[in-house]
Amino acid sequence: MININRKNKSKLPQISTASLPDIVFILLFFFMTVTVMKNTNLLVENTLPNANEIEKLDKKDRIIEIIVGQPIKQYAGVIGAEPKIQLNGKFAQVDEVGSYVLAKLAEKPEHLRSVAIISLKIDKQVSMGIVSDIKEELRQVRALKINYTTFEGDAFNNLQ
Amino acid sequence: MPRRKGAPEVNAGSMADIAFLLLIFFLVTTTIETDAGLDRMLPPMEPPEDIDVVIKQKNIFTVNINRNGQLLVEEEIMDIKNLREAAIAFLDNGGAPSGSPEYCNYCKGKRDASSSDNPDKAIISLKNDRETKYSTYITVQNELVGAYNDLRNREAQRLFGADFVTMESEYLNPETPSSVRDELKDKVKRIQELFPQKLSEAETSKNQ
Repeated sequence: MININRKNKSKLPQISTASLPDIVFILLFFFMTVTVMKNTNLLVENTLPNANEIEKLDKKDRIIEIIVGQPIKQYAGVIGAEPKIQLNGKFAQVDEVGSYVLAKLAEKPEHLRSVAIISLKIDKQVSMGIVSDIKEELRQVRALKINYTTFEGDAFNNLQ
Repeated sequence: MPRRKGAPEVNAGSMADIAFLLLIFFLVTTTIETDAGLDRMLPPMEPPEDIDVVIKQKNIFTVNINRNGQLLVEEEIMDIKNLREAAIAFLDNGGAPSGSPEYCNYCKGKRDASSSDNPDKAIISLKNDRETKYSTYITVQNELVGAYNDLRNREAQRLFGADFVTMESEYLNPETPSSVRDELKDKVKRIQELFPQKLSEAETSKNQ
């Protein structure tokens, strides 16, 4: 009995690791295709407020982003600390918002144009004046579906 | 000396290590994040055709936010924490007398004749100052949307035994099979009709 056992143990075959690189490569390719490197570097501070009654924006193809916030330190000395709008990785004026949205809409395929959503990524510290101006601009170009993009969290944390 | 046949084999033993290194790099940099936020519809620029629609004052719930983030609700100062409750009380009031065509048979409010007639008529009007902080504004928006969602959840629980919010997110999820989605569509629509979101945003006041 003991003999047989010992015999078996010594004959336990080694697991082949030859296919390990293949498995790892498959995983690698998956993550490579899924990864979207953030290509817009923020020129403005962008800490979003919290909210909990939120809806997800999971269809990336129909989203147009508008970012608003105070310029980060390295630009604040040049253009001041007033909240600015960032479109396409550049600073912009309020009156450029409309044409930007129209240009972005024109890039999208026809069936997505009517369902496009404007995602407003606005810093907590910004006052409503500039936000109202942007909303006014969006109404001018009939881009009426907007989303106040927020972090998920307790909305009362905003007040502190 | 015997001749070697073919080129010597390259040792592929370290291939796995290299691949692992790359894999870990992409694992770390990947963020499968989706943004989320409060969906809103802006009012169209051109006014609707029938301008002479008269809205009774009692059907409007006014919310004013001043530059310091204080709230004036129906001409009274209110703490932001009580806003949701007040909005629910207003929307769910159902003040129209029973027997009239506007009577709301699913409302569970106080049926105060001086407040809103029914949820379909009730309008929340939100006004803010140019100096109001965005974070305060979002909190108020969140509370108002929350009030609608609470009421819709209540009705969805009563009619279908499920939360409206979960039903809606399942309906909007593209991975849900279409047969389920068609069924959900009717339910979601029905609840939305019971408590339609009527949130009007007046233009920002400039001189305050």
